[in-house]
Amino acid sequence: MAFPLQGFSTEHYEDMWNSPKLFDALWNSVYVGVVSSLIATMLAFFAAKAFTKYKFWGQPLSYGAILTPFLIPEIILAIALLVIWVQMGLPLGLTPIIIGHILFCTPFCMIILIARMEGFDRNLEEASQDLGEGALMTFFRVTFPILLPGLIASFLLGFIISFDEFLLAMFLQGSDQTLPIYMWGQLRFARRLPHVLALGAVIIVATSLVVMLAYWLRNLGQPQDKKDVAFKI
Amino acid sequence: MSENFIEIKNISKHFGDVKAVDNVSFSIRQGEFFSLLGPSGCGKTTLLRLLAGFEAPNQGEIFIDGTDVTSMSPNLRPTNMVFQNYAIFPHINVKRNIEFGMRKEKLSKQELDNRAQEVLSLVKLEGYEERFSNQLSGGQRQRIALARALIKRPKVLLLDEPLGALDKKLRDEMQIELRNLQKAVGITFVFVTHDQGESISMSDRVAVMNEGKIQQISDPHDLYYNPHNIFVSDFIGTTNFLSAKTGVKNGDNIMVQIESIGEFSIENKLNLPENSNDVVCSIRPEAIELSTNPIEKGDIILEGEIENSSYYGELTSFYIKVEGADKPLIASSQRFDNNSFQDKKCYLAINFEDINLLKKE
Repeated sequence: MAFPLQGFSTEHYEDMWNSPKLFDALWNSVYVGVVSSLIATMLAFFAAKAFTKYKFWGQPLSYGAILTPFLIPEIILAIALLVIWVQMGLPLGLTPIIIGHILFCTPFCMIILIARMEGFDRNLEEASQDLGEGALMTFFRVTFPILLPGLIASFLLGFIISFDEFLLAMFLQGSDQTLPIYMWGQLRFARRLPHVLALGAVIIVATSLVVMLAYWLRNLGQPQDKKDVAFKI
Repeated sequence: MSENFIEIKNISKHFGDVKAVDNVSFSIRQGEFFSLLGPSGCGKTTLLRLLAGFEAPNQGEIFIDGTDVTSMSPNLRPTNMVFQNYAIFPHINVKRNIEFGMRKEKLSKQELDNRAQEVLSLVKLEGYEERFSNQLSGGQRQRIALARALIKRPKVLLLDEPLGALDKKLRDEMQIELRNLQKAVGITFVFVTHDQGESISMSDRVAVMNEGKIQQISDPHDLYYNPHNIFVSDFIGTTNFLSAKTGVKNGDNIMVQIESIGEFSIENKLNLPENSNDVVCSIRPEAIELSTNPIEKGDIILEGEIENSSYYGELTSFYIKVEGADKPLIASSQRFDNNSFQDKKCYLAINFEDINLLKKE
């Protein structure tokens, strides 16, 4: 590799396909991303539901507590989790990474869902009850389908945050590496650099697509006047 | 028809220190168009939500058709509601909105289609099955909300200010349509509104509420001509209040003295006490006869001077200063307008039967 770059080649992209360790790391990242984002979205949904539907004692405090992992420096969160995990005598690996990522993703998911649910008309749930449905079927027939675009958006954003996350994964990793850790490891070998750069390019494109998808879904089904202005081209 | 189809017994609902509904008891008849009327914050919507089951009372009981529904959840009650904002489900089309409440009825597809068509034609929206809520106008959404409730064939239909969001002309049309619809289906309607004109024109009976309490339950005519207290008299239409004093009783009548107008004997409908300063007389503006020339016939004949007038098209309101009175009398007339009284002098006549004696509050 030398600057200025010369010529065009797909050689390094092909090279990527021939690294089994890369695919192991990719799989780990997808696994951690899906599990932690699913759980984070679920927790965030409960929190958002509580914050938008009820006024209760200790509301600002609990809101602040959920936002804390988003506000404190990530390295401090990583060290704290590492200390706790090791103190408890548990093995490092993907499980603590998932727990760390749930903590880290939940505030983001909650902010997205609160924005989405603030416009939710509570009369719709009452109308469903009035028409004979109990709480569970009201959730599945009314609340869930109407909030589905928001939930998917929250899941996708949580996934991206987890997928890109480096520090928590670095501290809490056992023998299983996530993709960012794998890439970091590869940087020690100058010869492997082009292949990491190729991977980086792929990730940038894929992430951008997912973020755009999440953004599009977030607005889907919103009344025209509540859509984000930036989305109207 | 049952007199006590809906029975509300000693119902109270408090939100913190606010007594939204304060120890209310009354009954609604089967097949009746019943209105709950009052200013905003009077507790009428809370009472409707207590009937629907969205609020639990702090005290009291509610019976519908003989069944105690006080602690029954909304999905099990024989009531359906038309919400103020209609609450049409945005994620499903009109047909599926209408059929939403029929899941548990386990009808065949054919029967379900027939029922849906039946209510759609009732609200005159055939052909709108595939539309979504955002493709409907306010009036159409309201009809869908009605159809969605009526398909359930409820014992009671609850309507929470359903005409509030419509423009004047559409509202007048819907008033007549709702009334006709109610007669056609024969379901008991409980209708919440703050619009006194609306409640008077549509209802069999009206309950006027204020500060969580029922002020009066009457048919529209009685409500207008025989209000039980100052609040009702003031809330329904416009009226003149004149401070008065009572004298001695004489059978059903009582002597009343109104300063600057005179002393006379009128019917004591509310059985107010003798020799009291705690009374007012209420006289409707249209009950005061106006003339440019001296009037011969009438129980009370007065002279006055026009201070002001407002022209409303179908009638004109005059603010008339009467010698010795502390505030102008309001009289309305279809015959005269702003230009009728060139020298501002006018003559008034009031009949005793048009004077309502009320207790001061």
